[in-house]
Amino acid sequence: MSARAEIPVAEITLPAGSRWPAIAFGIGAVGLIGSVILAMGDPERFYHSWLVSFAFVLSLALGGMFFVLLQYLTRAGWSVVVRRVAENMMGALPWLVPLFLPVALGLHDLYHWSHAEAVAHDELLAHKSPWLNATGFYLRAALYLGSWALLAIWFRRASVAQDESGDPAITGRLQTRAAPAMVWFGVSLTLASVDWLMSLEPHWYSTMFGVYYFSGCVVGSLALLLAILVRLQADGLLTRTVTDEHFHDLSKLLFGFTCFWGYIAFSQFMLMWYGAIPEETIWYAHRWTHGWREVSIALAVGHFGVPFFLLLPRAVKRGRASILAVSIWLLAMHWLDLYWLVMPGFRPEEGFAPHLLDLTCLLAAGGFLLGVIGVLSRRDRLAPVGDPRLAESLSFENV
Amino acid sequence: MSDTANQDRPRRKDGIWGLLARFAGPGDLISAAREVREAGYTRWDTHTPFPVHGLEGAMGLSPSRVPVFVFLLGMGGAAAGMALQWWVSTQAYPLVISGKPFFSWPAFVPIMFECGVLGGALGALGGFFALARLPRPHHELFASESFERVTDDCFFLSIEAEDPRFDAAATAKLLEQVGALELEMIPTSEEGS
Repeated sequence: MSARAEIPVAEITLPAGSRWPAIAFGIGAVGLIGSVILAMGDPERFYHSWLVSFAFVLSLALGGMFFVLLQYLTRAGWSVVVRRVAENMMGALPWLVPLFLPVALGLHDLYHWSHAEAVAHDELLAHKSPWLNATGFYLRAALYLGSWALLAIWFRRASVAQDESGDPAITGRLQTRAAPAMVWFGVSLTLASVDWLMSLEPHWYSTMFGVYYFSGCVVGSLALLLAILVRLQADGLLTRTVTDEHFHDLSKLLFGFTCFWGYIAFSQFMLMWYGAIPEETIWYAHRWTHGWREVSIALAVGHFGVPFFLLLPRAVKRGRASILAVSIWLLAMHWLDLYWLVMPGFRPEEGFAPHLLDLTCLLAAGGFLLGVIGVLSRRDRLAPVGDPRLAESLSFENV
Repeated sequence: MSDTANQDRPRRKDGIWGLLARFAGPGDLISAAREVREAGYTRWDTHTPFPVHGLEGAMGLSPSRVPVFVFLLGMGGAAAGMALQWWVSTQAYPLVISGKPFFSWPAFVPIMFECGVLGGALGALGGFFALARLPRPHHELFASESFERVTDDCFFLSIEAEDPRFDAAATAKLLEQVGALELEMIPTSEEGS
């Protein structure tokens, strides 16, 4: 317990009077009110804007879960002091379940395949209907969201219990269960992204789509994790617990997954461009016409090119202000990425036409997510001080 | 060779390459390194069986310049890979493939990427060898028998006679003061390498 004694309690306690949750929920409420008012004018647009923001906040929480599972799976020591922040992001998953409601309600406005008369006249949709049907859609959504919520609660609760008991057996148990949990995470995330995002244009398919959504999840969640750490340190929290070395390593992961996103995005594109089969290329045609061409280029440059060079120097990865700037940039790009997945298929003839609902939905869902993370951060210690690898993490250095 | 070697290394005429000191462990070595640096020595090094955290800081080493080589050769490799494919497919042997333009750059990106990785890897290897002045088949320290344990369980600090502050007696005293368990005077090699 000597490592634990090194950490002052004030450093790992978000003050009860912290206004973080209130401000975030306030932003969320403003966004929600704005969304409701605007939704009356154009409900169909609202459902699409909401889907973008739902997929965005969900990806950040799921990325947090990926990070936590990965640390247990690899028995990582370096990451212990930053794991609680990721656990708080993951801990938002049960709270995000209600945010699926507009997607469920907007089924017929969002998904062409949900119309029986469309399926009746479309051989491809009829062929896909054993999977793409409303009942299956709702059941699977309940399965994905329910299993994620349970996993998140279970892993976070065990980790928090260890803060008090310091029982190393908890770590052993979590390590064992992280393996099947990770397998299910991969399967469920892939299927969920197919159900909710890929089936928006139901004639099109890509076998890489799940990995594509996953890569964005990890980039976005690492960026959020880094941004939260910088903010906490600016308030004098975790200042000695989380060091330059942890920032450096997290930023290296961010760099790695930025490259991974670029690799997956390009691979998906290149194979379809090379094959030049119309039912595959139509999806990219929607994203290369009607004003979307510039968005596609901005995404390739902004989500991969710019951060690739920005994240190369060591000083950027270790500096607080620099990594905060890169993180916010990548979060914006990740949102744009999801926008680019959802919107071009919606009223293609209108082309790229940003709507105020895009912003209000982002504020509503984003504010809610940050508020929940704030509540969880205030509820428990900001670092898992009972972890048996705490000392290893505190003295971690990049070789 | 011997003439230029003598010009480069004027202090080696006494037949002394430098002093080798053995320390009990990484902690002692780090504090000794700090003292040696503060004493103003510039031509000295540490030798350990495994990477010791904090040693670079104690020695006052500046960050490695290997990344510069990796970046430049990586970018150069990628550019060369793309240039080669452009030349082959538009200049040397233009072929229409599945109705696409001669210069269909998306198809060339994987090879450009691989050439970039190859360039970066060669840059890392070559940059490291150049900066570490490798390969070096012989080193004066190999004359020391106790130095063989550097790959096992011993921690060493060596100060070269070339160092402007080197003085056989005073340097030995400093090393003893900072906790050396054993001191050894290393002679210059007869081979002169």
